[in-house]
Amino acid sequence: MSEIDLTLLANKQTALPSLHRQFLEPRAMKSGFLTALTWTIAALGSIPLFSVIYMLIIQGGARLDFEALTALPPAGFEDGGGFGNALVGTLVMVGIGGVISIPVGILAAVYLAVLGPHSKLAKTARFVAKTLTGFPSILAGVFTYAILVITFGYSALAGGVSLAVLMLPTVVLAAEEAMRQVPQKMTDAAYGMGCTRTQVILKVVLPTALPGILTGVMLAVAGAAGESAPLLFTALFSNYYISELMEPTASLSILIYNFSAMPFDNQIELAWAASLVLVLIVLVFNILARLLGRPKY
Amino acid sequence: MNAMPEAIASDAAVFSPAGDVVIDCNLSKVFYGDFLAVRNSSVPIEKGKITGFIGPSGCGKSTVLRSLNRMNDLIPIFRFEGHVKYHGQDIYGKKVDPVVVRRYIGMVFQQPNPFSMSIYDNVAFGLRLNRFKGDMDERVQRALERAAIWKEVKDKLKNSGLSLSGGQQQRLCIARAIATEPDVLLMDEPCSALDPIATRQIEELMLELKESYTVALVTHNMQQATRVADTTAFFGVDISQGGRTGYLVEMGVTRQIFEDPQEELTKQYVAGEFS
Repeated sequence: MSEIDLTLLANKQTALPSLHRQFLEPRAMKSGFLTALTWTIAALGSIPLFSVIYMLIIQGGARLDFEALTALPPAGFEDGGGFGNALVGTLVMVGIGGVISIPVGILAAVYLAVLGPHSKLAKTARFVAKTLTGFPSILAGVFTYAILVITFGYSALAGGVSLAVLMLPTVVLAAEEAMRQVPQKMTDAAYGMGCTRTQVILKVVLPTALPGILTGVMLAVAGAAGESAPLLFTALFSNYYISELMEPTASLSILIYNFSAMPFDNQIELAWAASLVLVLIVLVFNILARLLGRPKY
Repeated sequence: MNAMPEAIASDAAVFSPAGDVVIDCNLSKVFYGDFLAVRNSSVPIEKGKITGFIGPSGCGKSTVLRSLNRMNDLIPIFRFEGHVKYHGQDIYGKKVDPVVVRRYIGMVFQQPNPFSMSIYDNVAFGLRLNRFKGDMDERVQRALERAAIWKEVKDKLKNSGLSLSGGQQQRLCIARAIATEPDVLLMDEPCSALDPIATRQIEELMLELKESYTVALVTHNMQQATRVADTTAFFGVDISQGGRTGYLVEMGVTRQIFEDPQEELTKQYVAGEFS
């Protein structure tokens, strides 16, 4: 029954039309087919994701113990060992990247969203930030190599700077978007209460946008933690724990890159375990982003 | 609803109220860019009274209201000719800080706009802004009581201001505005987003507030003006110059405006012949 029979409705003496679902009707069949298609494709799309996580847990889980998390990397035919120095190195360099990119990014976003959203400078900066989000990460490494490594050598600081270059556009764009979401009626209210522009930004815009800003920050941090290409040119690697910021520093991603190509089972097992740790770090930051990103009021 | 009748060329006689004038507003021209939004509007705001602004859409009544505490400054293309004097001081004077003006002349907006903070913090916002040192809890409670919302929120002051209903949010915004004890309260169609019961509550509140504050009220609702306003200013729209320019048609004691209007246009508007 694809059309309602108006004559039937008009002469009420006949039976009412059936309102039951008709599965064999062309419209319903098309709808059922398309629903099944999207289900199938969604399931296919998640196969790579779940197989990677499955492999990491099976292969890396076995070696993930206290020793692996704290010990130094083993030499050629050595047994045991771990990647403690790489874990610390990754956290330090992501920390440096965050310390540089988060304040700069948020302040830039304040300008883009509140102070001069339509100025030439803002339009240019926004365009550049959008372009940079698709920037090949190895170029961030080459850039930092040119400005820091040539003069000062490989270092954790250079690694952190290259990660900051990658994090900055994400932080700027997410923070700008979050601040734009603050309703104008709220800023109007603040001006109406006698707030200066600085007070409007500090007391209303930033607190209201904070969950969105934190989400962007956490995503930037999670992305930076997994980067390897920029660190190849800037932090290189080290077999020891970091003792100062101006020396070559180990990182999980480079350790995975090095160990996975080695002909020793021990190193390959550690590479799997390090990969699992890296995924867990990214996971933790994503969960934090979701928790902190929940609006308080 | 008929179209707006052709504007009458003559300008209304200037209304001079019997009591003290808190804000002497005389706008001969208000522009947004090249667009002449309002002309020839002299609207004195009398102390301790509710001055109602009525008129059809686009007649500039909100524009005039917003120029009384320099909220129009937030629109970069706004400029005007004339003067707005608060207790004799030109609020657009070179040395005047608009931020200070707005602390004396508070505002309640058309859409309820609490901050995304707790109910308590919303009311305390202005007090903290002014570095209030006294008993914050007491001041917050008093503001909420005067805004006739204390009983409904006293057990949930920590809850979000946005969790309240529209009418409660608007009363919260009124509490927020009066917590800092401003001198004048500007209300820009405060009931237009509310249901009739909430509207009634806000109207009763306005009548109580005028005991301590001077109120200027923009309303689209003529019945509301007759219920609460002591003085009413009727604005019209002049479409003879091509654009839509608002201007003051007539201002007077509310009863006179509704029962014995002097201008033909006012007579037609209050009779409901156009809106």
